[in-house]
Amino acid sequence: MIEQVADPLPQAGFAKIVLELEVNNHPGVMSHICNLFARRAFNVEGILCMPLGDARRSRIWLLVYEDQRLDQMVRQLEKLEDVLAVRQHGAEHEVFERLESFFH
Amino acid sequence: MMRMTGAELIVRLLERQGVRTICGIPGGAILPLYDALSQTDKIHHVLARHEQGAGFMAQGMARVSGQPEVCFASSGPGATNLVTAIADACLDSIPMVAITGQVPQSMIGTDAFQEVDIYGITVPITKHNFLVRSAQELLEVIPDAFRIAMSGRPGPVLVDVPKDVQNQVIEFADFPPPAEPDKAPEIDMGALETAARMINEAERPVLYLGGGVVSSGASSLAVTLAEQASMPTTMTLMALGAMPMDHPLSIGMLGMHGARHTNFVLEEADLLVVVGARFDDRAIGRAASFCPNAKIVHIDIDRSELHKIKTAHVGLHSDVRTALEALLPRVKVTLREHWLSHVESLKQRFPMQLPGADDPRTHYGLVQAVAGALDDSAVITTDVGQHQMWVAQAYPFRRPRQWLTSGGLGTMGFGMPAAIGAALAEPERTVVCFSGDGSFKMNIQELATLAEQGLNVKIVLMNNNSLGLVYQQQNLFYGKRVFASKYRGAPDFVKIAEGFGIPAVNLDDAEDPRTTLAQVLKQPGPCLIHASIDREQFVYPMVPPGAANTEMIGG
Repeated sequence: MIEQVADPLPQAGFAKIVLELEVNNHPGVMSHICNLFARRAFNVEGILCMPLGDARRSRIWLLVYEDQRLDQMVRQLEKLEDVLAVRQHGAEHEVFERLESFFH
Repeated sequence: MMRMTGAELIVRLLERQGVRTICGIPGGAILPLYDALSQTDKIHHVLARHEQGAGFMAQGMARVSGQPEVCFASSGPGATNLVTAIADACLDSIPMVAITGQVPQSMIGTDAFQEVDIYGITVPITKHNFLVRSAQELLEVIPDAFRIAMSGRPGPVLVDVPKDVQNQVIEFADFPPPAEPDKAPEIDMGALETAARMINEAERPVLYLGGGVVSSGASSLAVTLAEQASMPTTMTLMALGAMPMDHPLSIGMLGMHGARHTNFVLEEADLLVVVGARFDDRAIGRAASFCPNAKIVHIDIDRSELHKIKTAHVGLHSDVRTALEALLPRVKVTLREHWLSHVESLKQRFPMQLPGADDPRTHYGLVQAVAGALDDSAVITTDVGQHQMWVAQAYPFRRPRQWLTSGGLGTMGFGMPAAIGAALAEPERTVVCFSGDGSFKMNIQELATLAEQGLNVKIVLMNNNSLGLVYQQQNLFYGKRVFASKYRGAPDFVKIAEGFGIPAVNLDDAEDPRTTLAQVLKQPGPCLIHASIDREQFVYPMVPPGAANTEMIGG
């Protein structure tokens, strides 16, 4: 959704991981989050977002490479007012695997 | 039940929050809010001449008071004109709430007249921002905006309010309580003990203070820590005044235009205690070569600053004041005679050179003559460029919040509106804005606001008729290919000031500039003081961009 502002660093060779974000659900949350990654040319390989229960909150799943900047990215995410929690999972998490069939 | 429009509700919430002055400019999409503002006598509105000026006035107020201050702008160009002032507040961690009018919700997304997505535009330059979709939401959004602006690491918050939301009538039972800052994080006591032990065991420690020390009100604690542990202390541009410049432990400002001895002392440090600072590139030069032999203790309220540029051996995520209070009883009284005498000898061998300091017709001499005519109660603002660095190097700052400058964003045009803001917040003080002819022209229209308000703001205009720092860099690093940095025209600034209704003196014509200066600075009310300076005078020492701090030239 946002143009890259710099060439991405080569991220091949790094392991992929899955980030699970719990966020307030309102228009604009996605732009706050995507901006953080785009600004730093940190590729987001996959993104998935659905509202939770009463729709006051959403869960966002991000598939990213675990390069040396990931800690800083997570800290920047945690600073966002609308981000309530950030959890890290290994690439073996099934959320994106189960979506594969929609892309092939 | 209470019944009012969204616009009236905003005004009542601002009153309840303690806001007493708002700077701004009205326009179509914010007229309901201005109409509501006209009905209160609790809030004084200051009509700026450009929205960027209004933003910097709010910043000037916030920088001297430490409280979040407010600016208003209309939709479209009004809002985009605020952008630079908001970004500036973000980079310098200044609490500010910007409220903008927006076209009615039914017209958002239609390219309506004066419609711009200021919410989208300000995502990367605010701490947080809101697009309010109903008057009901204001009951939460306005207090939240203030809470966010002042909690943790302060910063700007933008609230975009569509015109129909301002006009919408709502009923509600009670006002929300005025916002208070969030609780600071708990200190990791284990890390604190380690930090104290590292300070006690270090042989050549240096204390490195940043703007966070000023914003958390921890300056005197920082000075006590330095004295207790005998730590030579350096300050960033943002921290000047945290420790008096003439304190025996002060080694002055570090970085690109710091004194030689300052950067040499840092080079030899075996421990760096970094408090409320963020290892900015202008402060530390080439990061890999900065303090190569030092372990690092880093204290900051913003966890994402820890380990961002330099990996700390101990990173303490904490409010600076709380951390220093907890640290002091754990730090031994130490004399460190050997280290301090070595620092003293570096100071003697590589002192800050201020050529011409005795002659008020030179740049350093002018800065010191102004200082000599004022006491520590004065507030000093600057624009950006050579004059800013000369003031940073030569003015004897002695108290926090005495010095207001655009550090992170480096915004030319900051100085005069920020000075107006400082004078609005603390009208009993003399406020002096040092400016350059390039910077001054970037918000020169605010002379009209200054004349109208009649504030005690003195502008010291150091005129070399060029973009001096650009001219300097082209001479030093671009083969003397001077391009687009010398002005061909030369406006008469004395006439311009007088045209705006501001008294002006030209020091060039004064027989005794020092006496003239002292007289003018003592008279209440605004005044422009014009002084020509030599274009060939550069800011030294200078660390070339990208070089290590020890590779400075000149000075």
